[in-house]
Amino acid sequence: MSDRLSGNEAVAYALKQINPDVMGAFPITPSTEIPEYFAQYVADGEVNTEYVTVESEHSSMSVCIAAQAAGARAVCATSSAGLALMYELLYIAASCRLPVTLACVNRALSGPININNDHSDSMGARDTGWIQIYAENNQEAYDNFLMAMPIGETPSVRLPVMTCMDGFITSHAVENIELLETEVVRKFIGEYNPENYLLKKENPLAVGPYDVSPYYMEHKVLEAEAMKAAKARILEVATEFEKISGRRYGLFEEYRMEDAELALVLIGSTAGTAKAAVDKLREDGVKAGLIKIRVFRPFPGEELARALANTKAVAVMDKSEGFSANGGPLFAETRSALYDLKERPYLIDIVYGLGGRDVKTEDIEKVFGRLANIAATGEIGPVYTHMGQRSKEENA
Amino acid sequence: MIYAKDINERTPWQELTPGGEIYEPGTARLFNTGTWRTNTPVFHEAACKHCMLCVPFCPDNAIPVQDGKRLDFDFMHCKGCGICENVCPFQAITMVSGGAPNE
Ligand code: SF4
Ligand code: SF4
Repeated sequence: MSDRLSGNEAVAYALKQINPDVMGAFPITPSTEIPEYFAQYVADGEVNTEYVTVESEHSSMSVCIAAQAAGARAVCATSSAGLALMYELLYIAASCRLPVTLACVNRALSGPININNDHSDSMGARDTGWIQIYAENNQEAYDNFLMAMPIGETPSVRLPVMTCMDGFITSHAVENIELLETEVVRKFIGEYNPENYLLKKENPLAVGPYDVSPYYMEHKVLEAEAMKAAKARILEVATEFEKISGRRYGLFEEYRMEDAELALVLIGSTAGTAKAAVDKLREDGVKAGLIKIRVFRPFPGEELARALANTKAVAVMDKSEGFSANGGPLFAETRSALYDLKERPYLIDIVYGLGGRDVKTEDIEKVFGRLANIAATGEIGPVYTHMGQRSKEENA
Repeated sequence: MIYAKDINERTPWQELTPGGEIYEPGTARLFNTGTWRTNTPVFHEAACKHCMLCVPFCPDNAIPVQDGKRLDFDFMHCKGCGICENVCPFQAITMVSGGAPNE
């Protein structure tokens, strides 16, 4: 069925269709609307979720962890500083192997304080052991959220899943959207039946015991293997989802990559802008293409290397700084992935769009201009630069 | 199901539980934590009146009781904190330095 919804509305609607057991609810811009819309569903009796209003995000994630350990399906939503306040708990959820589902509405993480979009919040949480799936638009935000539980709850995976969308750009802009029927969603999601949980009386369970060094390393290897196993499961769930929705998802989307010589690698809503730029350049005969990373954790390194193997020059566009002084996090992953190729394309990193700084098709075209120049001359120039800031020097 | 008694410090990662979950109650009983002790209580049975005051004070449940009689310490779990010596009104417990002798 077709509708017009904002990204936040779409996720709240997905939540209503899922009817989770527990929500740890705490507001923070721009994710506030998710628990807000959902509270209405609770008040109207459209779901029977235990809606727990807490005093902080540290507590909302704690509620989710406890509920999930008890055997319930737990969800929450947050952004920016809220995600940062969950930091310790993110590790706890993942290491206790509790498949909590979190809608992260990406917003810059202070400071200076800013409520607009970039990816610094979720990128800061990239090593917590959570699966991370990013959306380009409202449709993907809805679809990704529906796919999160079948991925995370799989026994071989058992990891929490963070579905991310761009704050305001995606969360607040209203777009046309295709919604699934609730019965179809419920059937797709299925019942949550963990093998062991705190409320199971047959075998009392201890969750998160102290782990001495003779065991800790082994448990971390188990967790790392689960993250590796998640990749195949993500694709499996995507195939199942395609059957009910007709919409196809992979670890990343390749846009006009078949014969592309110049390519971008980026995440999120900028893909829409970049696709328009690619189309325009294609009309001018430029062999431009785009890879939009959908799954950042687990990182599709081998697949990405294959997809970029025949390009000449690639720009990674990072919507978070990272402050490594060596490029952003997406660049680090991409460059590492390409290392195993016999012949590698030239690679640059452009950090852009921080704190809501706009990016236009002309900006993307400029990046392709730089790539064309690199491919033609073999002169790569500065590898890691910023785009969109006012500067005394010219930048692209 | 992986039971606590079946895992030890030689168990490979493939045979451990996810997140270190434990699927049974009371597994602390199986683990020798008495090796952490640096002081050791000595029980003087002749002086003991079996008043049972020391028993609930022991933070490690290391003073066993059977048929209304207090038995010698459970040195697999006693940490040598000395609380029992402190609460005993009849000097039936004295602490000695070192953890090794009674293991
Ligand atoms: S020394 Fe401490 S741990 Fe040991 S039996 Fe006495 S009270 Fe219990
Ligand atoms: S407190 Fe002293 S007298 Fe009483 S049971 Fe314990 S050892 Fe015996």
